[in-house]
Amino acid sequence: MKFGVKVMPREVILDTQGRAVEQTLKTLNTPVTSCRVGKFIEIEVADQGGESAQLAMVHEIAKSVLHNPLIENYEIIKL
Amino acid sequence: MTVSSNKTTRVGIVRFPGTNCDRDVAQFVEAKLSQPVYLWHLDQFDTKDFDSLIVPGGFSYGDYLRSGALSARSPVMKSVREFAQRGGPILGICNGFQILTEAGLLPGALVQNRSLNFIDEWSVLKIENQSSSWGGEKIKKGSQIRLPIAHGDGRFYAPADLLKKIEDQGQVWMRYTENPNGSLSDIAGVLSSDKKIAGLMPHPERALFEWMGGTDGWEFIA
Repeated sequence: MKFGVKVMPREVILDTQGRAVEQTLKTLNTPVTSCRVGKFIEIEVADQGGESAQLAMVHEIAKSVLHNPLIENYEIIKL
Repeated sequence: MTVSSNKTTRVGIVRFPGTNCDRDVAQFVEAKLSQPVYLWHLDQFDTKDFDSLIVPGGFSYGDYLRSGALSARSPVMKSVREFAQRGGPILGICNGFQILTEAGLLPGALVQNRSLNFIDEWSVLKIENQSSSWGGEKIKKGSQIRLPIAHGDGRFYAPADLLKKIEDQGQVWMRYTENPNGSLSDIAGVLSSDKKIAGLMPHPERALFEWMGGTDGWEFIA
């Protein structure tokens, strides 16, 4: 089964990449008022244990590796 | 690397793909008449074989995912953790500091510089608290030292409650006198609660002799 993990910088963190992209978009005269940049990670896990077990495992992976809770939040999306 | 018989203090230098300050650190260790031993990221080691460990700078695993994130989860870190649990002294320099925070051995996180620029310059640092292992009495509380920095992701960050704990427990090792990267509370280096594990963004191994532009790094290793 395939899952997507969306990792975004926490609101309190100054999102330097987002700020740079926002600046460029504004320079291009787009109506953009804000922009934030994160990561999207696609992972595929072996088909065993049923969907809820796999989802729990993806949460575990996201918690322990894919995001750093001090600076980021994550969200899991079923693909 | 040649090893003479009188070199009894063994310093493990942990290397990952993309580490690039390993030889500078090894030469620093040799200059202090200790024996540097390279440790590879895929291997584990016997913690009793080492007196201290240094995690040098570079761009381990290409800084993929987050600086230090993948290195912090590589096989060698199991032994590094064991070494820490035994109370062994560990020093993380630059990317090594990022790795130790990602591994949970030091508090906080290092994120991209506020300016978005990679910063390569000399910095003046004020020592806030002494490490029991690195520099000890010679890197005195209250003193100022001058070391070079070279990093893109050096902005120290910790949520307010953690930052307060770091300050209250005397875990701030040093601060920039002029904040180059947006680090919270000007923090350039932190200590573990027992002060044996230490990490800093500046490079002591790049300030050993006059011809390097400064000598303040020399006392960081005993």
